[in-house]
Amino acid sequence: MAQEELDKAVLGEYKLGFEIDIEEDKVPPGLNEDVICFISKKKDEPEWMTELRLKAYGEWLKMKEPHWGHLEYQPIDYQSISYFSAPKQGVESLDDVDPKILEAYEKLGIPLEEQKQLAGVKVAVDAVVDSVSVKTTYQAELKEKGIIFCSISEAIKDYPELIKKYMFSVVPMKDNYFTALNSAVFTDGTFVYIPKGVRCPMELSTYFRINALNTGQFERTLIVADEGSYVSYNEGCSAPMRDENQLHAAVVELVAMKDAEIKYSTIQNWYPGDENGKGGIYNFVTKRGLCEGENSKISWTQVETGSSITWKYPSCVLKGDNSVGEFYSVAVTTLAQQADTGTKMIHLGKNTSSTIISKGISAMKGQNTYRGLVKIGANATGARNYSECDSLLIGSECGAHTFPYLESKDSNGQVEHEATTTKISDEQLFYLRQRGINEEDAVSMIVHGFCKEVFSQLPMEYAVEAKALLNLTLEGSVG
Amino acid sequence: MSKVVMDIKNLKAKIGAKEILKGLNLQLEEGKVHAIMGPNGAGKSTLSKAITGHYDVEVTAGEIEYKGQNITDLEPENRALEGIFLSFQNPVEIAGVNNAYFLRTAVNAKRKHKGLEELNAAQFLRQMKSLVQELGMRPEMINRSLNEGFSGGEKKRNEILQMMMLEPDVIILDEIDSGLDIDALRAVSEGINKMKDGKRSFLVITHYSRILDYIKPDYIHVLKDGKIIKTAGPELVAQLEENGYATIEEE
Repeated sequence: MAQEELDKAVLGEYKLGFEIDIEEDKVPPGLNEDVICFISKKKDEPEWMTELRLKAYGEWLKMKEPHWGHLEYQPIDYQSISYFSAPKQGVESLDDVDPKILEAYEKLGIPLEEQKQLAGVKVAVDAVVDSVSVKTTYQAELKEKGIIFCSISEAIKDYPELIKKYMFSVVPMKDNYFTALNSAVFTDGTFVYIPKGVRCPMELSTYFRINALNTGQFERTLIVADEGSYVSYNEGCSAPMRDENQLHAAVVELVAMKDAEIKYSTIQNWYPGDENGKGGIYNFVTKRGLCEGENSKISWTQVETGSSITWKYPSCVLKGDNSVGEFYSVAVTTLAQQADTGTKMIHLGKNTSSTIISKGISAMKGQNTYRGLVKIGANATGARNYSECDSLLIGSECGAHTFPYLESKDSNGQVEHEATTTKISDEQLFYLRQRGINEEDAVSMIVHGFCKEVFSQLPMEYAVEAKALLNLTLEGSVG
Repeated sequence: MSKVVMDIKNLKAKIGAKEILKGLNLQLEEGKVHAIMGPNGAGKSTLSKAITGHYDVEVTAGEIEYKGQNITDLEPENRALEGIFLSFQNPVEIAGVNNAYFLRTAVNAKRKHKGLEELNAAQFLRQMKSLVQELGMRPEMINRSLNEGFSGGEKKRNEILQMMMLEPDVIILDEIDSGLDIDALRAVSEGINKMKDGKRSFLVITHYSRILDYIKPDYIHVLKDGKIIKTAGPELVAQLEENGYATIEEE
């Protein structure tokens, strides 16, 4: 009960306005200090965290929603969103998982129960179902190596020193409107710490899912790879059909120390809305990695097929000398989806290098924008960047847009940029069909070929899933 | 006369607004090599596109009967599955699509269509590798992207490789010798001649007679202004060589 006493003391200041029943699994829509305290209390958080949340909320109130993206959408009513909901029941084993979720996984070709059995690959799944971590596997084996892989809520309680040191260190809470919001109301997410010299023996995976009606998702992920360590982390998402727009504003922070490497792969396939853009997820995500130490490396690979609005720029700050940043992206917009995505590579250290491979695919009325910044600081002598941004158009109503920005304070920096826009040509389609391959398979073959450089960066079982997803997404968009 | 495998009757076709084929009649016989010769712009490539169902071509009259079935409105892939193969004049490049993967997909689509079991990767590769060697192709072509960065000769050899793997019944060779040096020409025509089995029919579309030294035709058809104006035996080649197309009058 000591914890309860403590919480009372912590929340004392706000007690008067605190009218939400802590036994409830969901708060009423709307955002205020009470709601933030409720979330913090529900999570059993220490005082310092509650204060950080309230500070972030204060910052958020002073900020304005950004609108520089090449995106059009209905205004978001932040007071109509419910900021916390716990799942109806806990899940002990896969048998207890909602069959509909399993069905969604199955449609992607990789059922959850088969993941573990995939030849030679062990996948630890920390499934975030509606804001609360309900399942964690392979903990023991990871623990043996000193690896921490847990929900961010647990980490705040169990590893406060690491959290205090690294959370907000890469993405400050007031970095932008959505990070401030996330910092105030984040409900769960994942924390990973890989100790010095340890190579994480398995792919770490998390499935995020948006479940309850009207619930915004505010995930927070923090991965710290200590000196000489390695980790590959996969994040995948799926959501059932929805009519209301749902807001998702996640924050991901990565820190790679000297000689460490982090590989972060994402497959995102949230509900994209219908062909008129109705429904669908609004996805405003801030992902950033800091290559803190010498020779460190951070690699982002993303396959974005879902959401009605995507606003996302996984970035690397290349602080350590000789550090390497990579961004491999496939973004698909079909129906009436809009994506404004890309990366920022900030070169600060000497001989830092970055690679950007972006593949945008637009079909039907989809609008796809690549927005990228390569910044070379005054001390970043010998910095190199290679960027390749290719767009593939399927049909004539869709669009592709490219906005590459370059800022160089070092005149010796080597920056190469290549961009192409192609339409799936009738000649290519005809060639394949003349060999007896039907139209749908022919399109999928051409699209997979187009995405090959990115897919080859994904872990194998993930690449299979990405291909299946791409087929599912583009089904019926040709002809 | 042997059995007719393809009967093109009074075919009229346009590309865009322009009428190119103006009532073309042509019969392909089983097991025979038919050469279509004619000046530029006569409609040679349009004929190959019409037979294979290319999107550019709109058939406005007449029909193409193949194995007793009217295929004029059939999807291109279904014509291919039924055994019609076109060796393209300019094979298109498709980035990122592995040559072997593509060909295996095509071969298995055809096997499935015929009710045969699909080939697994090992069975397929064994067959493909031996043909690659036979055609004098570099082994790495197997795993390159489809036609990407291939030289003119490599592209044509790759077409022949596909032809040999797919074992079609009617083979259309559109300007197969264009861009080929003498070695490539020899390898390619050896591959083609090997495919002759007394049942398979060939339609050799060519502007020049050089290829006919390597692939011996049974019939020469002269295509001019959208129609076949003359059909004769191989002896016509010499006459065309000497006098050109100008002197040939419609029969």
